Amino acid sequence: MAPQNDSPPLLEVRNLSIEFPTRRGTLVAVDDISLHIDQGEVLGVVGESGAGKSLTGNAIIGLLEHPGRIASGEILLNGKRIDNLSYEQMRRIRGRDIGAVFQDPLTSLNPLYTVSRQLVETIKVHTDLDTGAARARALELLEAVGIPAAKERLSSYPHEFSGGMRQRVVIALALAAEPRLIIADEPTTALDVSIQAQIIALLKRLCAERGTAVMLVTHDMGVIAETADRVAVMYAGRVVETGPVASVIQNAHHPYTSGLMGSIPHMKHGVNRLTQIDGAMPRLNAIPQGCAFNPRCEKVFDRCRKERPELISIEQNEVACWLYQSDVGGVS
Amino acid sequence: MIAFAVRRFIQAIVVLLAVSLIAFVMFKYVGDPISQMVGPETPIDQREALREQLGLNDPVPLQFMHYLGDVVQGNFGRSFRTGLAVDRVLLERIPATLELAIVAVLYAVVAGIPMGVYSGLYPDRWLSKFFQTVSLIGISLPTFFVGVILIYIFGPTLNLLPTFGRGEVVHIGFWSTGLLTVSGLKSIILPAFTLGMFQLTLIMRLVRSEMLEVLRTDYIKFARARGLSNRAVNFGHALKNTLVPVITVIGLQLGQVIAFAIITEAVFQWPGMGLLFLQAIQFADVPVMSTYLLVVAVFFVAINLVVDLLYYVIDPRLRLDRAVAQGG
Repeated sequence: MAPQNDSPPLLEVRNLSIEFPTRRGTLVAVDDISLHIDQGEVLGVVGESGAGKSLTGNAIIGLLEHPGRIASGEILLNGKRIDNLSYEQMRRIRGRDIGAVFQDPLTSLNPLYTVSRQLVETIKVHTDLDTGAARARALELLEAVGIPAAKERLSSYPHEFSGGMRQRVVIALALAAEPRLIIADEPTTALDVSIQAQIIALLKRLCAERGTAVMLVTHDMGVIAETADRVAVMYAGRVVETGPVASVIQNAHHPYTSGLMGSIPHMKHGVNRLTQIDGAMPRLNAIPQGCAFNPRCEKVFDRCRKERPELISIEQNEVACWLYQSDVGGVS
Repeated sequence: MIAFAVRRFIQAIVVLLAVSLIAFVMFKYVGDPISQMVGPETPIDQREALREQLGLNDPVPLQFMHYLGDVVQGNFGRSFRTGLAVDRVLLERIPATLELAIVAVLYAVVAGIPMGVYSGLYPDRWLSKFFQTVSLIGISLPTFFVGVILIYIFGPTLNLLPTFGRGEVVHIGFWSTGLLTVSGLKSIILPAFTLGMFQLTLIMRLVRSEMLEVLRTDYIKFARARGLSNRAVNFGHALKNTLVPVITVIGLQLGQVIAFAIITEAVFQWPGMGLLFLQAIQFADVPVMSTYLLVVAVFFVAINLVVDLLYYVIDPRLRLDRAVAQGG
């Protein structure tokens, strides 16, 4: 899915950098990344822990945790900047235009309030419905996310639900005001494997029905393969490869992406051992010069250690790797 | 809920029995009441007669049983010093102490919670840092010192507030209150401030640290991500989640304040139970002392019971019976 030519994409992140000032200098956690998501599109953002995926998601909803801050770049929703809005202006966008689902359903809900109360307060913040209508809407939402006996469960407290059911409630809360975009930050990581597929299928179905776009942040390539339309692979705060999901999975160009793909088990191919990328992602205070992946890269050569590659178009993908760039000026 | 209340009630009785035993045993050996009651020239046979009359020659367990039997019947004995019935003496003093304690804790709560919330929400603002510094002083200065300084400032120096006694009191049934007269209200300011200062700083610091903790939780972040207003997030979601530990401490502190208002009462000559207790100690007035301990224990137990019940109201996770009924 290429962005439509005339209308701006639903969400556009331009050259976003996020930094953490510390006593020992400023750490750059997200370094000059650009992303876009169209209406109804599912963008998978994949990468190891600490690659900056969640930070990017937090920055988009304006909830970067102190002392993290946006150092440069722009975030545009429907072509309008939202990264420079006041807290109050941004609050009106959160929930109404951009919903969020977080990693751990066990801790995402306030333990002291019933599910109904949390749904109703969210609905009432964003709509003109009165309490009765909001309650009816809360019931619809719980039914939509597949909570059995939803009517009785409205008055239940979060601790009375299992993890999977709680994540369904969280999804209901995220969808309460019919946002155009949902940022789902590792929505299945904390769940049992058997529940994960259900939750992903639910999220996918609900968003498809409503035409809601999703930014699906995860480190699980399998989830991405099943769910996403496009994928952005992040490494050490940068996007190293992005493109349509089939193209990235079957035709990965960046050595890091290939490594990630090699680590997915396949039923068909009788591979006995999964490939493994040696080493670990660099710490924020020790990101190597040149391409951040160079110490772990099998195909590393001189230039990788000196200069940093920018994204260039190769077939359907965009890749930041010197393997595909013959001259210095070849930046797309 | 009812089973819980019954269970706690039985526990409370056990606690009170234990306290009465300790009170009894301790005061049994605290001094000889006879020598306090009679003059030095009283002959030994008269002393022995008195001892016999008061039951002090019985075996100790028997004395305890007598004591318990009397207590259950509401007979707390007579003060060795004044010869008045102890329950009457104490009952006269309880309103003064309770009013002082409640006003002190109210003031500590009303001022301490907002200060704590503010410094939890905005830990970097100068006012928060100021609160933190002042609270260190409040927590480290001894009560009697604060009291004496306040007396010096507001008494002889500024001549603004009364520095001793309760002022005029109004009797409503058995209760005497100073809260309905101007002089009574003026009189309670200094002692309540003194008594409540430590509690104020404690509550403030506790609320602050609990707020800082709760504000970091996922459900607060998720509440913000849902677009709830700051007010709803900070007060509706965050503050309520700090309440369980805060209420625990407030409850315990109310007990403490009732029990250990002694020093403040002494400094301000406040005619409460604490002052009575101090006088009783000087005279080894055993019935007064042991009854005082019992009364304090009753307050402690009752407050703890209320606190435990409040947990149930605040935190649904503690309503175990419900969760079990629904399969956990």
